[in-house]
Amino acid sequence: MKTLYWLIKREFWEHRGGFFWAPAITVAAFLLIAIMSLTVGEVMGHHAGMFPWDGHIKGFQPGDMSLEQLQQAGTVLDASICFSAIVVLAVMAIVVFFYCLGSLYDDRRDRSILFWESLPISNWKTILSKVLSATVVAPVIATVIGVLFGLLLLVLGLFTAMFHGFNAWHFLIAAHPIQVTVEIIALIPLYALCALPTIGWLMLCSAWSRSMPFLWALVIPLASNLIVWWLDLIGLLNLNARWYLQHVTARLLFALRPANWLQFSSQVQFDHVTTLDLLNLMGNYSALASPELWAGVAAGIVMLAGAIWLRRWRTET
Amino acid sequence: MNAVVTASGLSKRYKNAIALDSVSFDIQPGRIVGLIGPNGAGKTTALKAMLGLTDFQGHLSVLGLDPRTQRDKLMEQVCFIADVAVLPRWIRVREAVDFVANVHPRFNRAKCEAFLARTKLTPDQRVRQMSKGMIVQLHLALVMAIDAKILVLDEPTLGLDILYRKQFYQSLLEEYFDDNKTIIVTTHQVEEIEHILTDLMFIRDGKIVLDTDMDAVGQRFAEVMVNAEMAATARQMHPLDERQVFGKSIFLFDGVDHARLRALGEIRRPSVSDLFVATMKGTYA
Repeated sequence: MKTLYWLIKREFWEHRGGFFWAPAITVAAFLLIAIMSLTVGEVMGHHAGMFPWDGHIKGFQPGDMSLEQLQQAGTVLDASICFSAIVVLAVMAIVVFFYCLGSLYDDRRDRSILFWESLPISNWKTILSKVLSATVVAPVIATVIGVLFGLLLLVLGLFTAMFHGFNAWHFLIAAHPIQVTVEIIALIPLYALCALPTIGWLMLCSAWSRSMPFLWALVIPLASNLIVWWLDLIGLLNLNARWYLQHVTARLLFALRPANWLQFSSQVQFDHVTTLDLLNLMGNYSALASPELWAGVAAGIVMLAGAIWLRRWRTET
Repeated sequence: MNAVVTASGLSKRYKNAIALDSVSFDIQPGRIVGLIGPNGAGKTTALKAMLGLTDFQGHLSVLGLDPRTQRDKLMEQVCFIADVAVLPRWIRVREAVDFVANVHPRFNRAKCEAFLARTKLTPDQRVRQMSKGMIVQLHLALVMAIDAKILVLDEPTLGLDILYRKQFYQSLLEEYFDDNKTIIVTTHQVEEIEHILTDLMFIRDGKIVLDTDMDAVGQRFAEVMVNAEMAATARQMHPLDERQVFGKSIFLFDGVDHARLRALGEIRRPSVSDLFVATMKGTYA
């Protein structure tokens, strides 16, 4: 356990820039853009005579809002937290994609593998630490940063509302920041499971390739897809290329995207979907009933086992 | 005492070349063994096999363990420095020490910090900001703080200046090596290590061509400086090698009685590099 902890810490030291700074900088940039656009809005509104400086919006009394309108405002606020988390998770997905590709290749290329291999650490522990970094450490950091970003946006929005004479508390009560935060965090394990096929595939390529893991990781699924399509076209193999694209190629390459479980979960379609309905844990975790999800997990584990085996004998590029 | 490394019929074949050709040897504890050979002779392959970094045919046991299957256990007792500059470039001195201290059960942190205190390295310094010599100092500090039975060095001082090279071997001898430890070293800079070696192994084309301890070298081999008039006589005694210096010939003999050689001229013990050059004659031809 102790070794595993230090191995994960090691991964974080090496990839602090990607795991922490990339999301943090994204958030800072988005916040800046948000503040800038709010300012522009205020100034332009003022010029148009809509917002006199005493704050109140002309022709609109805050007290006029109906319960339904207030509820909608709450949903919008909840959604803004979700949106922020998704933006940050999307950045993280790109970071983790390249992290996995380099995880078992970079140290072979710069030969530092000879140092790591001089320590009494099993290969499976090394690889497990990298998988945990990709499935737990990076998503948790990104989620926390994303949610904090969402909450900051929320506060920013409420301040603006207050400036215009709205009662910020009304909005805050209509929104569910804590519940949304808890549910986003509770969805990380589901995300990790669904991301396994891509993580396994990228790490397998990383452990196997002697050069350009990125190219191999991309070319093999795409070329195989092309062959399936061609076989289908000439009638040799009755395998639908579109099915293959969706269930093999896409899952090998794109399963790191945020909300990657949606294709497996049986979301009920309401007329009136609130953010909370979308985040509903029961609805989302119903994805676990899908055999396809588990097939992906199994494939991911098999590929990781392959990576462990390759790692044992490949110390050079 | 039992040998720490035993190899018999050790072979390794790459696609188009034989790296090790049914090699057999024993290495005893408390020795400093120089594994010396030209480029591509199979030195690194032999070391890699001992470290469980490559597959092989034949029998090889290191500290009673099979490096292929019991590698994790083996590496608690075996350290190695493969070349300079294999430390990851992003790591800081502090992180490297922390990491090794927490994953290696036989690491002595105080010892490591004492070694580091004598260098110019600072805790926050990254490997990428260091010179080659400083990287080796860090690596050596990490390795010397590990109480291992075998230390494997593969060209540990390649590309270092003479100050770092001297310091490297001096530290090893004075503060690390003792009767319970074994050091196996490959290098091209033979002159610098010949006085610290206790055993010598020459390897050529995947075969061991000489395996002896340094005391035996003096008894078996002799270098004789012969005047021109005696040169013909000397040549009849099947010298290994002959070279000319200041109008005299220097002959290298293997296993010829020293009493007979004394009649030819002044005898001295050949240096390891002369021995090496004579043994490897024609390797690249």
